[in-house]
Amino acid sequence: MIEFQMPSLGADMEDGTLVEWRKKPGDIIRRGDIIADVDTQKGLIEIEVFDEGILEKHLVMEGQKVPVGTVLALIKPLKEAKNVEVEKTEGEVPEKREELEIPHPIIEKKPMISREIEEKTEMPRIKISPLAKRIAEENKIDYSKIKGTGPEGSIVKGDIEKLMISMPQEAEVTEPEVAEPEVAEPEVKPQAPAWDALRMAIASSMSKSNKEIPHYYLEKRMNMSKAMDWLKERNRERPIQKRLLPVAILIKAVAKALDEVPDLNAVWEGSLQRKNEINIGFVVSLRSGGIVLPAILNADTKPVDEIMEILNDLIPRARAFKLRSSELGQSTFTITSIGEGGADKIFGLIYPPQVGIVGFGEISEQPVAEGGMLGIKPVIDVTLAADHRATDGLVGSRFLAALNKYLQNPDNL
Amino acid sequence: MSEEEIKKTIFQLLKRIAPETEPSELMPEENIREALNIDSFDALQFIVAISEKLKVEIPEEDYGKTTNLKSLVSYIQNKTK
Amino acid sequence: MSKYINLSYRDALKSAIREALKNDERVFLMGEDVGHYGGAFAVSKGLLQEFGPERIMDVPLSESGFTGSGIGAALAGMKPIVEVMTVNFSLLAMDQIINNAATLLHMSGGQLNVPVVIRMGCGIGRQLAAQHSHSWEPFYAHVPGLIVLSVGTHEDARGMLLSALESPDPVILFEYTSMLNLEKEIPEDAGAVDIRQAKVLKQGKDLSLITYGTGVYKCLEAADILAGEGMDVEVIDLRVLRPMDEETFLTSITKTHRALVVEDAWRSVSISSEVAARIMEKAFYELDAPVERLCGVEVPIPYPKHLEDASVPQVYDIVEKVTKMLRP
Repeated sequence: MIEFQMPSLGADMEDGTLVEWRKKPGDIIRRGDIIADVDTQKGLIEIEVFDEGILEKHLVMEGQKVPVGTVLALIKPLKEAKNVEVEKTEGEVPEKREELEIPHPIIEKKPMISREIEEKTEMPRIKISPLAKRIAEENKIDYSKIKGTGPEGSIVKGDIEKLMISMPQEAEVTEPEVAEPEVAEPEVKPQAPAWDALRMAIASSMSKSNKEIPHYYLEKRMNMSKAMDWLKERNRERPIQKRLLPVAILIKAVAKALDEVPDLNAVWEGSLQRKNEINIGFVVSLRSGGIVLPAILNADTKPVDEIMEILNDLIPRARAFKLRSSELGQSTFTITSIGEGGADKIFGLIYPPQVGIVGFGEISEQPVAEGGMLGIKPVIDVTLAADHRATDGLVGSRFLAALNKYLQNPDNL
Repeated sequence: MSEEEIKKTIFQLLKRIAPETEPSELMPEENIREALNIDSFDALQFIVAISEKLKVEIPEEDYGKTTNLKSLVSYIQNKTK
Repeated sequence: MSKYINLSYRDALKSAIREALKNDERVFLMGEDVGHYGGAFAVSKGLLQEFGPERIMDVPLSESGFTGSGIGAALAGMKPIVEVMTVNFSLLAMDQIINNAATLLHMSGGQLNVPVVIRMGCGIGRQLAAQHSHSWEPFYAHVPGLIVLSVGTHEDARGMLLSALESPDPVILFEYTSMLNLEKEIPEDAGAVDIRQAKVLKQGKDLSLITYGTGVYKCLEAADILAGEGMDVEVIDLRVLRPMDEETFLTSITKTHRALVVEDAWRSVSISSEVAARIMEKAFYELDAPVERLCGVEVPIPYPKHLEDASVPQVYDIVEKVTKMLRP
């Protein structure tokens, strides 16, 4: 029997409230399925499961708040019969799958954006009246997780209406990012975590950081002419929806630099422990205050385009508090970027137990001396804050140099 | 499309990105992003939304013409003529 | 406001026949025992004395023969009302009705209208056993060329015949023998009624009860009981079984999103199957639950009262079914 536990979505997470089970006993569970919604200090998170089997039993009821590591449910593994190697996805251990017992075809891994669709096609048939289905589809309501009150437990109009009233943010978030605005926008806020809770979470992890981590700081001004030209070149050919922002290049360059200086892609838990995957946590600030930190997994292996696509998906969801468990708590390094029109430099506080954070200021035009000549160039002031228990200034400096090297050679990204 | 219609669309889209602000109170030459505190990601989303909604192509080098209400409206008017 | 009078279903039918006979001298009534005996169910009692044997005509016990005669008279310019004592015996006249009345307009290339009205006593509820208790509405409603009306209310008993006589094409009128003694209030000046459309007899928002014939009063009674339980159902009397007025019930479903069809006829290949099919074809995306049916049990109708009652939907069956549909 596999024990499915309350996951840790970051070192600062101590407990979570199980808000809703998405799978019930008897359901077939596949890798990547969302099994439950858990309310944490960072908002309502969809929890994915990375085992396969049949859900045997819920051990925690909806509404219960339990510490990280508590067994939430038991999953009965599918019997080992014939092992089928699934096409290996980079950075992932090849999974073993029991073919005969899974009635659905094996779905290839696809980029995050198409996941919604993927889940839909995999869903067992839901009993829903034609009217209720029509209303749900017109309003882009996800009815896959509600219980019907109609004949034979079918979902009827009233159930959808109830859902629309009780969870209006569902409707909003499932819309494409830039949806038709003439539809009178529902005056609803995302289901935000209690405001104080988010603030307290930030307070506690940042206090811990400041109290425990002896930070050292390095700073380097980097010439962005080549990177910006590279970007402009690419954007010229693209439709507006596919255009890249400088931040996508910066993320990729950081990931590549970490690959060269692996001591910064690590955690400090009594000693330096390097991480195999380079997962870049990206600080998303909320308009109403507070920050959330979704991760771009295996950023070193992803093309810049894909990183931009992920950002397009991730940022609006992060702001709507609709992140999945795999997107939180897995980052191995953090980037904070001030963007245009902001401060020149930003000095970060490390998110424990990580050992480094890089800060990007505004890209601005500055006089730059180059080859004995003075020119006006776009530059960015980059800072690194690193944990002095884990590394020394030389490592940090090598990292910034590597980062600069990639920004001067964007074709290598 | 009339100036009023364009403005109305702009306000709707801005309100969507920055719900707590009042885009209709923007001064014609005020920097939209600064006034409404819009970051570069949302700024791109705004440009995408404008281009989809009003069916105008906005090349990257023209982003500079979209910084305030006055220039943005006249830019769109020129484009949709 | 017009005054209301209390009238039995039988008297409503009779006053319609009388009015028709008075209005148009081409109208006459023919059928078994309609004259001297006053009609098997006393509908035409006294009319022979009032109108004489030329207009109230007793005929031999030969359904095919006299129905054919009626069709012939209609072709010749008369406006006959043919009474087939009960629908059960009309099986013998089906060849005349279908091969002649229903098809002659078509066969003659539009030259020959057959303005005959055929009344049939119909339905169960009088302990007349298997051979005298049929509900043959579905049979006739199947046939193009016929207009098939079901007289489910007193107002229609008073008015449908008059409108049917205005039709250039053959009309079959189903009258329900179990309702003959039932008294209801109808406007004193009630007369000809529309015979194209179904009728919403009670407005409601939760579910559409679609019915005809003896189902009408049962559904109205059920609707009253359900209203007491907080369920607001709409009652629709189909009235015109052919050509079926689907618009009325489709509109209703657009409002209520649920439908129950009630009829005495056997379930298979019936009026309710037709209604359900049309709802599915034309209002699928309005449905919030499957269309349900309450129909006659598929057995020859039994003689004993309790079994006869059990063989067709009763008020409590309707109440129970609707409750299940609305509060599963």
